[in-house]
Amino acid sequence: MKPAPFDYVPAESVEEALDVLEQTGGEARILAGGQSLLPMLNMRLARPQIVIDVMRIAALKKVEETGGALIIRAAVRQVEIERWPNLAKDQPLLAAALACVGHAQTRSRGTLCGSIAHADPSAELPLVLVARGGSVHLRSRKAKRKVAAEDFFTGMMTTDRREDELIEAITFPPNVPATGYAFREVARRHGDFAIVACAAIADTKSARLAIGGVAERPVVRAMPLPGSSALDDALNEFAWSLEARDDLHASARYRRELVRRIGKSTLEEAVRCRA
Amino acid sequence: MDVQGESWVGRSLPRVEDAALLSGCGRFIDDLGVRPGTLHAAILRSPHAHAEIAGIEVAEALAAPGVAALLTGADIKRLTSSMVVGVKAPLECWPIATERVRYVGEPVAIVVALDRYLAEDALDLIEVEYKPLPAIVDPVRALAEDASILHPSLGSNLASERSFRYGDPERAFAEAPHRIAIKVRYPRNSCTPIETYGVLAEYDPGSDAYDVLANFQGPFSIHAVISRALKVPGNRLRLRTPPDSGGSFGVKQGVFPYIILIAAASRVAGRPVKWIEDRLENLAGAVSATNRVTKLVAAVEANGRITALDWDQIEDCGANLRAPEPATLYRMHGNMTGAYAIRHVAIRNRVVLTNKTPSGLNRGFGGPQVYYALERLVQRIAVELRLDSIDVFRANLVPAEAFPYKAAAGAILDSGEYRIAMEKALEQGGHAELVVRRDAARAQGRLYGIGYTAIVEPSVSNMGYITAVLKSAERKKAGPKNGAQATATISIDPVGSVSVHVASVPQGQGHRTVLAQVVADVLGLKPNDIRVITDIDTGKDAWSIASGNYASRFAPAVAGTAHIAASRLRDRIARIAAQQLNVKAEDIVFKDGRIGAANNPENAIPFSRIAAASHWAPGALPGDVDQAIRETVFWTPPELTAPNDQDEVNSSLCHGFIFDFCGVEIDRTTGEVRLDRYVTMHDCGRILHPAMVAGQVTGGFAHALGAALLEEYVYGEDGSFLAGTFADYLVPTIMEVPEPIILHHETRSPFTPLGAKGVGEGNCMSTPVCIANAVADALGVADIELPLIPSRIAEHLHGPETPPKRVPTQAAPKAGARQLFGEGSATVRAPRQAVWEMLLDPNTLEKVVPGAHTIERVSETHFRADVTLGVGPVKGRYKAEIRLADLVAPQSMTLSGKASGALGFGDGTGFVTLEETDGTTMIRYRYQAGIGGKVASVGGRLLDGAVRFLISQFFAAVAKQASGDTTRRASGFIARLLVRLRRPP
Repeated sequence: MKPAPFDYVPAESVEEALDVLEQTGGEARILAGGQSLLPMLNMRLARPQIVIDVMRIAALKKVEETGGALIIRAAVRQVEIERWPNLAKDQPLLAAALACVGHAQTRSRGTLCGSIAHADPSAELPLVLVARGGSVHLRSRKAKRKVAAEDFFTGMMTTDRREDELIEAITFPPNVPATGYAFREVARRHGDFAIVACAAIADTKSARLAIGGVAERPVVRAMPLPGSSALDDALNEFAWSLEARDDLHASARYRRELVRRIGKSTLEEAVRCRA
Repeated sequence: MDVQGESWVGRSLPRVEDAALLSGCGRFIDDLGVRPGTLHAAILRSPHAHAEIAGIEVAEALAAPGVAALLTGADIKRLTSSMVVGVKAPLECWPIATERVRYVGEPVAIVVALDRYLAEDALDLIEVEYKPLPAIVDPVRALAEDASILHPSLGSNLASERSFRYGDPERAFAEAPHRIAIKVRYPRNSCTPIETYGVLAEYDPGSDAYDVLANFQGPFSIHAVISRALKVPGNRLRLRTPPDSGGSFGVKQGVFPYIILIAAASRVAGRPVKWIEDRLENLAGAVSATNRVTKLVAAVEANGRITALDWDQIEDCGANLRAPEPATLYRMHGNMTGAYAIRHVAIRNRVVLTNKTPSGLNRGFGGPQVYYALERLVQRIAVELRLDSIDVFRANLVPAEAFPYKAAAGAILDSGEYRIAMEKALEQGGHAELVVRRDAARAQGRLYGIGYTAIVEPSVSNMGYITAVLKSAERKKAGPKNGAQATATISIDPVGSVSVHVASVPQGQGHRTVLAQVVADVLGLKPNDIRVITDIDTGKDAWSIASGNYASRFAPAVAGTAHIAASRLRDRIARIAAQQLNVKAEDIVFKDGRIGAANNPENAIPFSRIAAASHWAPGALPGDVDQAIRETVFWTPPELTAPNDQDEVNSSLCHGFIFDFCGVEIDRTTGEVRLDRYVTMHDCGRILHPAMVAGQVTGGFAHALGAALLEEYVYGEDGSFLAGTFADYLVPTIMEVPEPIILHHETRSPFTPLGAKGVGEGNCMSTPVCIANAVADALGVADIELPLIPSRIAEHLHGPETPPKRVPTQAAPKAGARQLFGEGSATVRAPRQAVWEMLLDPNTLEKVVPGAHTIERVSETHFRADVTLGVGPVKGRYKAEIRLADLVAPQSMTLSGKASGALGFGDGTGFVTLEETDGTTMIRYRYQAGIGGKVASVGGRLLDGAVRFLISQFFAAVAKQASGDTTRRASGFIARLLVRLRRPP
């Protein structure tokens, strides 16, 4: 469990990181908190020729609150957001989901942008970003662009990021008044990757449900409000559409069942939480 | 002579081990310095469960930077001999694959280099050609006539079969009004210590001797196995252990094949070689408990009294029989009747070999497997005869007046008051209240169940029990084996301070603390005054085959032996003191660091002064004392005799008693099991250190909870290993382990010096089945399989599933099978003929096969490719073979491929059809694929999606190529806009 040889670039500025990315593109990986990349390096599952460490870049350590939106840059660790003042009030879905992201030890190292970049289909943060309609800020040496979270995740561990781009930040949009948020997940143990994770958002007229851990990326759908006779059917179709698979932790059938049942109770909870 | 005042033994003193361990000052094997010039080894392991090794190409690896040596199975065969196999069968057992590999993770080659990084770099350059063979995973299937055979020399997969008969079971079954049967499968799991294996070996050509430091745990009978394999006499294998070891639970017995490998590597390299096992190696290849299939039938009277048992056990020891296997199957042999007075027993034992990691020692060793069957059966007796479980226990427990009780198969249960202990547990553990809780929960429609177990916990193994696998005549030929030598040395230095040395090789338990207490009591000193050394050096220390840390032998055997050694030394010191104090030796008292006259406290001298007398004034010692400097005691209990001609064997010296009960609630939505209350009553004889006993019980309980709810070494049907990381092999954390209620009822063992019995393994035996019984009670079902995965439990809870409006066409794969199925489609803005021609054109194929470096055309329909495949950052380079078949131009074809590389191997077949509408072609494909090796072991959770992704990527590239868009790479944004890749909804 020792990595294959690679060059380590401790970037001092965003520009330096982008320069290296442009020159090396697909041969480079960005190292942030290292909670996914380092095990993959050590197991030699990933063999980048260059590892660009962005954790020394002061500009990437910032968190901004603009009109209620939370903009989190690439070097911000999960623990910093977990302890962000008023997070539970201002970003209730993010607050609820963060508690399920790994363990206190991994959150003290791991970054939010790193989790977004890694795009594990069972990870909580991509799910919340999609559910909330958040966005990803990408930057290359030549250009900057903003991609909606729903378009960013293109498949299992695969994203819309181009090889010369750095995820500079992610944005969680402001909390919407009179809207309820709820998050629930089922995992084998506390802190494990979700077998099924549900994020629900409900206002007085509509509801959205996002599911992680089942399809190859987080999927969000409009849902009838709880109480509607159409809800069970909608949940059933949603559950089937995710093409659940068996693995050693859960059967496909079980995952569908949890989408229907936990999905429903999470929606109900979101309705109860409407301010 | 007596020690006055309150004794240290029996008190929960702070552990002397903890200050160093908690401040990062532990001295584990990887922390210790090595000699300059020490090299580092890395091991290439098999990705296949079963395959012939057709060839190993090592030239490139040998030429790699920093590589000093490379050994394959052929080298090991030349330098060593086969490890001893414990059954009479034409079987060899090598620590590395020789002609074939038999499990995923089996060593295939060892690279020795300047550091571990370079060694692992060189592993990547070794090319092994495997010819896969059918794999056998299921122990019952392994016995089928047409089963693939692991060891051709054996002629089948059956390594041993023996039948036993005690009492008159046939008659008991004929006379009994009820026959109640159960069939259970105990899964594969292990105890996964936090510190992995480590070996540092050096060969001294001057004396043809090996010097090995390893975190080996014993039993040191294995020393004989290692020296024999290394072809040196025992005195030329100096085996040492580091001062600290980070947990073992039996597992570190299994380091010994690596001792042989690394020792041989150091011989070839001519330098010391160090190897530290990593976690991937540990989970895939270290050691596992056995999985077992058991049919158990009981002859039962109307009141639930069991008169006879009929056991049929199929033990799965994995790919090889490694010493001391099949000991897991025989460890319990003398007492297959548990805590019950059952006089008639029939046993049929079969040991089979399958394509899994070889099994070995693991906390509980054979107990979990036996009690899972026996205690599930006891619950079934209560259910089927509509009896209260407690009444079934009452009818069967060995009565208190029967002790010491000789069980039907020869075990001597040393002491116990089983019924009293059970009644006390029910009362103190709040059983009546638990029943009320259950009834209230059920009244609300909740799923609540109560489970019980009563078991006997054996400790201090008879070194001869394993010979029960041999027939009486074979045993006679081999010579008798029995006993359990424990050793302890007490020494006194010239300033009169006391040191203790034992060969118990602790792995975190706190042996040093307890020994200081025991010896301090004997000598009237404070525990702080006693220094205890527990690392072992077979070249210098007192040891024997039973030395080591296993079979819960410390408290009953080792601590007792230290007590005997200290007492003998004390008696001699007393005679010296008697001369100086002018009193009789019998009247000498050791107290508070002084030695004095019992009836005159003023007449006393400091302990150290008299204790040092043998050094400073040996000429002045009384005539009957030669020295009081050092005392080494070897103690073996006379009760541990060899198996007799009737195959009766007292397999263990001590037999503790455990009665457990628990309440569980099952979540109707998720199937999760919540442990509401767990009560565990222990009779472990005299308790030497209450906090450590609580630690052992709690630790065993946590391990057992893992076995019950979470842990399994899962293998695919093709033998691929699917639990290669701690993300898939799930060990309970503090969040998952509730605190059990621990109770005690003490009956001292008459067979051990201190009256203590072992306590380290009992909950690993009692708890899995107790939880299973509670879950069975909650669900009202008879068949319960461990681990109790929520997804599996939910099958009993979730009714028929509502189908989707559109029925999916894909075949649903079975959980655990590594065959992946899928389908998809891609739309191409090109006519069908053009797409067809493209698929057959090697030039375009090179462009569309994802990550292709080169494609070589072998024939019209056969291509060889060098490709980099991967998902996201996970990438590996593979050699691939692609074949096209069943060509029906321009409509359909079968595309099949095989790929292998450092990350593993895969093969797949896809059926492709082309349909054209208005100049647009719809490519539809169905595939099935199998994946093995490292990616399957560590990425099981993501594998299915990854395969789906790769295949869709291929067809996306086909679509893109056929659409004429070759300007951007597949990941490009515009390419994705142009090419709509769809999967069926």
